[in-house]
Amino acid sequence: MDEQLKRTPLYQSHLALKARMVPFGGWDMPVQYAGVMQEHQAVRESVGMFDVSHMGEFRFKGSGALAFLQSITPNDVSKLKPGRAQYNMLPGSEGGLIDDIYIYCIAPEEYLMVVNASNIDKDFRHIQSLLSGDVEFSNESDQWGLIAVQGPKAEETLQPHIDVDLSKKKKNSVFFAELMGFNVMLARTGYTGEDGFEVFVKAELAADLWDKLVALGITPCGLGARDTLRLEAGFPLYGHEFNDTLTPLATHYGWVIKDKEFHGKEALTGQPVTRKLVGLTLEKVPAREGYPVKSGGELVGVVTSGTLSPTLKKPIAMAYVDVAALGQDLTVEVRGKEAPAQVVELPFLSK
Amino acid sequence: METPIDLKYAKTHEWVRTEEDTITVGITDYAQDQLGDVVYVELPEIGREVSIGEAIVVVESVKTASDIYSPATGVVVAVNEALGDSPEQVNENPYENGWLFKVRFTDLSDELVDAQEYEQYME
Repeated sequence: MDEQLKRTPLYQSHLALKARMVPFGGWDMPVQYAGVMQEHQAVRESVGMFDVSHMGEFRFKGSGALAFLQSITPNDVSKLKPGRAQYNMLPGSEGGLIDDIYIYCIAPEEYLMVVNASNIDKDFRHIQSLLSGDVEFSNESDQWGLIAVQGPKAEETLQPHIDVDLSKKKKNSVFFAELMGFNVMLARTGYTGEDGFEVFVKAELAADLWDKLVALGITPCGLGARDTLRLEAGFPLYGHEFNDTLTPLATHYGWVIKDKEFHGKEALTGQPVTRKLVGLTLEKVPAREGYPVKSGGELVGVVTSGTLSPTLKKPIAMAYVDVAALGQDLTVEVRGKEAPAQVVELPFLSK
Repeated sequence: METPIDLKYAKTHEWVRTEEDTITVGITDYAQDQLGDVVYVELPEIGREVSIGEAIVVVESVKTASDIYSPATGVVVAVNEALGDSPEQVNENPYENGWLFKVRFTDLSDELVDAQEYEQYME
């Protein structure tokens, strides 16, 4: 089975750092190096980095690129100027999402789309099937290594080693630079709720860059910490909070859907929202994905992600709950016992 | 990995210390390392009757919940209440402060192995 798992260009680097590797969306990925708690704390208080090379990169070029991207996504891509990044989605025809994505505007007629690792093939087929106009569309996923450097000390750690003034680069900026001798593209984006940069580097150079970043004292972090960090920050994760059947209108990400025409709009906006995605906190025992949410003994929802928050030191979870049950006392059924749960505003941790 | 030679081991990664008719049970150094940071331990009630192979404890790490099995048939006579406030003891000191429960047994699993055999099994 292991033979079938894909490897990022940093696979050997992870083994050298004695990471614990796990299968994730078809990839053999590091779940942790020193420990989830320690890695989580490094990102919250200092600076850590993640191998996110498994994510996919699609390029769109040509005079029709903007119009095409506008036609397949709900956010307003026309607002996206060169050097800027935007969170967006790929709605399906049935009302759910094919994927949630990031679009980077590289130049007036050139965009890079970053998609979730396990969805690369599906997204490619979906986009290909809708392709129209003067657009050159290509899958560059194998060409790129991607390293997310995240944490309050990300800027000060990278600044002495890069040829641009990072203090001038706002959140969601995209720019090219030379970082420790490597030609890279950086985006001031991330998935941890902290400041930071996602560094795109040619796949064959990724391991060298990673080693140099380790030498700067940046803590290597695995998928375990990435999940606890994004959950504290209230970020939905495809396959958990989003999927082919769940509408973003039931989440706190409904803002992505702008008043414009796009593929799948009718199905997406036409569905009734009977359940809402909410944040839950529990007293002691962690709620996990799939655990039932109850009100007065009746099933009213399901947990989509849950963990013990390393920062808040208590269990946090996201769950879809019937709109009618919100405002009532809720419990999460943990191994046959009902644990009281409080609905709280997302994100759990506000920065 | 530490594997004390005075203990017995289950292939499900529990360690067992036998004193007369009572066993103390915890999880091995290997198991705690695989689980990662332990954040919550759900212990059985004292007085509960248990059977060999029955899941009676849940150890929760940041990422996942794992069942721990009783290696004996008998009655739970003690549980490590201190883990309520400091579950990390399972990571830091799995063979002493991180113990989980004690069972006064009438029957012990015949699949328990010694330290050497457990280590071989791990390889």
